[in-house]
Amino acid sequence: MEDKVLSPEKAEEAKLKARYPHLGQKPGGSDFLRKRLQKGQKYFDSGDYNMAKAKMKNKQLPTAAPDKTEVTGDHIPTPQDLPQRKPSLVASKLAG
Amino acid sequence: LAGAGGDGGGNNEVQWCFLQVKGAIDEDVAEADIISTVEFNYTGDLLATGDKGGRVVIFQREQETKSRPLCRGEYNVYSTFQSHEPEFDYLKSLEIEEKINKIRWLPQQNAAHFLLSTNDKTIKLWKISERDKRAEGYNLKDEDGRLREPFRVTELRVPTLKPMDLMVEASPRRTFANAHTYHINSISVNSDYATYLSADDLRINLWHLEVTNRSFNIVDIKPANMEELTEVITAAEFHPHHCNVFVYSSSKGTIRLCDMRSAALCDQHSKFFEEPEDPSSRSFFSEIISSISDVKFSHSGRYMMTRDYLSVKVWDLNMENKPVETYQVHEYLRSKLCSLYENDCIFDKFECCWNGSDSTIMTGSYNNFFRTFERGSRRDATLEASRESSKPRAVLKPRKVCTSGKRKKDEITVDSLDFNKKILHTAWHPMENIIAVAATNNLYLFQEKVN
Repeated sequence: MEDKVLSPEKAEEAKLKARYPHLGQKPGGSDFLRKRLQKGQKYFDSGDYNMAKAKMKNKQLPTAAPDKTEVTGDHIPTPQDLPQRKPSLVASKLAG
Repeated sequence: LAGAGGDGGGNNEVQWCFLQVKGAIDEDVAEADIISTVEFNYTGDLLATGDKGGRVVIFQREQETKSRPLCRGEYNVYSTFQSHEPEFDYLKSLEIEEKINKIRWLPQQNAAHFLLSTNDKTIKLWKISERDKRAEGYNLKDEDGRLREPFRVTELRVPTLKPMDLMVEASPRRTFANAHTYHINSISVNSDYATYLSADDLRINLWHLEVTNRSFNIVDIKPANMEELTEVITAAEFHPHHCNVFVYSSSKGTIRLCDMRSAALCDQHSKFFEEPEDPSSRSFFSEIISSISDVKFSHSGRYMMTRDYLSVKVWDLNMENKPVETYQVHEYLRSKLCSLYENDCIFDKFECCWNGSDSTIMTGSYNNFFRTFERGSRRDATLEASRESSKPRAVLKPRKVCTSGKRKKDEITVDSLDFNKKILHTAWHPMENIIAVAATNNLYLFQEKVN
C-alpha cells in the first residue's frame, strides 16, 4: 500500500468527516450560506398561538425549557418565548 | 548621509508605542459592549467606533498646547449617541439586531461632521455639530426659559451671543430604510460625495444622500430558485477616485469590478478577479476559508486588498488572474481547521486596512494579536493588544507563535492561543502612523515611536 502524505488541510477534512459522516451531502446550496441568510429568524405566529390556546381551554400551553433558544417541533411559541425588546441602553463604557 | 540607519537604507521598521486604551477592564464582557466597527475620518482627527449595543462613540484628537505638551495625539471622547435600537419585524418574524456593522465618514464640507452608520437593515446619516455660543437677552422669555409677563416687556432689545461650554450634539438627519431584504454588510461613500452604496448578501443598492425614499438596485445575484444559491456578496467598496467604479467580493473568494457607466444593472462585471486553485488540494474547507471578509482599495486607487480566513492578498486592478502579493496571517491554523469549524471560528470576519502611503497593511488575528506587513521590504510583525503592555509610551514587543515542536522562551504555542480574543476591526490614521485596534470591548491606540 502506498504511503500518502496528507496535506494538513486534507488531514483536518478527514478528521471532520470521521466525526460527522453526513456533512456536505445535502443537495441545493450549502448549509452555511442558508444559515447566514436566515440569521435573526424567530418563530411566532399569533394565529397558531391563539388556536392552540383555544384548544387547550384552561390547560397551560407547554412552554420551552428556559435554556432553549431555538423553537422546534410541536412547541407553540408564546409571547414569553420571544426575546424581549430590550430597553434603551446605557451609555457605552468606551465613553466612560 | 548615505547609509544612515541600521539596514543601510535608512528605512527602519516602524516601532509602535502604546498610546491609550478605552473601555472597561471587566472580566465579564457584556455583549452590547463588543466593538463592531472602527473608522478614522478623512483628517484622522476623529475616530468613530460602533458596538453591538447600537451605540456610536466618537473620539477627537487633542491639539498640542503649551500647557499640555505631552498630550499631543491623545484621543478623548467627543460625542456618543445611540444610533440604532433593536427591532422586531413582525411581518417576517425577524429579529433585527442593533449592532452597528459599519460606519463611514463623509468628507467635511462645513463646520459640522457627518457620518453614515448601518445595522443589518437600516442606514442612518448622523450630523455631529458643536455649539459653543448661546443667545442671551431674549425679549419674550427670561434666562431660564420661562415666558415673561407681557406687561413687563417695556423695551425691545437685541439678543447677544455669549460663549458657553462646548456642547457636541448628534442628530439623525436621514434614515435610509426598507431597501434590504438580506443583511447589510457594507456601505461605501462615493468620491462624488453625493451618493453611496449599501450591500447585503445578495444585492447592492445605490443611494443619493439627500433622498431616503428611493434607491437604485445596481447588483442582484439572487437566483430565481434559492436552491441554486452558491455564493453571497461579502463586501463592497467604491473606487476612491473613479465615481463610476466599485468592487464587490464573494464567499467564493472572487472579486468583481463593476462600471456603472456600462449598464444600469451591473450584474455583468467589467473585471473578474480570481486566483486559480489547484484542484488536487481542494478540501471541504477550501471554499469556506477562501471566502473574502473584507475588500479595501488602496489610497492610490491602483490596488485593492482582500482578506480571507488565512491570508491577505493585494491585487493590481490591471491583473485579474492572480494577486500581486499574498501575505500569510496565521498559516499555522491550517492544521486546526477541524476544531475551528466546530467552534465556528472559521466563519470569523476579519477586516484589513492600508496605511496612508499604501506601503504597509494591517489585519487582526486571535489571542489579541494583530499583524502588519510592509510591502516593499516584506517585513512583517505580530503585535499584541494587551493590558500588560499598556504603560504610557511603552514600546510593543513583537510576538511569535511557535509552530514547530520546541517552544522558545516568550513564544506561544498554537494550542494556547485564546480564540475568544479576536481582533476583527483595525483602523489606520489616514496620514500618520497611529493605529486603532478593537479587542472585543476595548479600543487600543498605538502610535509610532518617535526618537
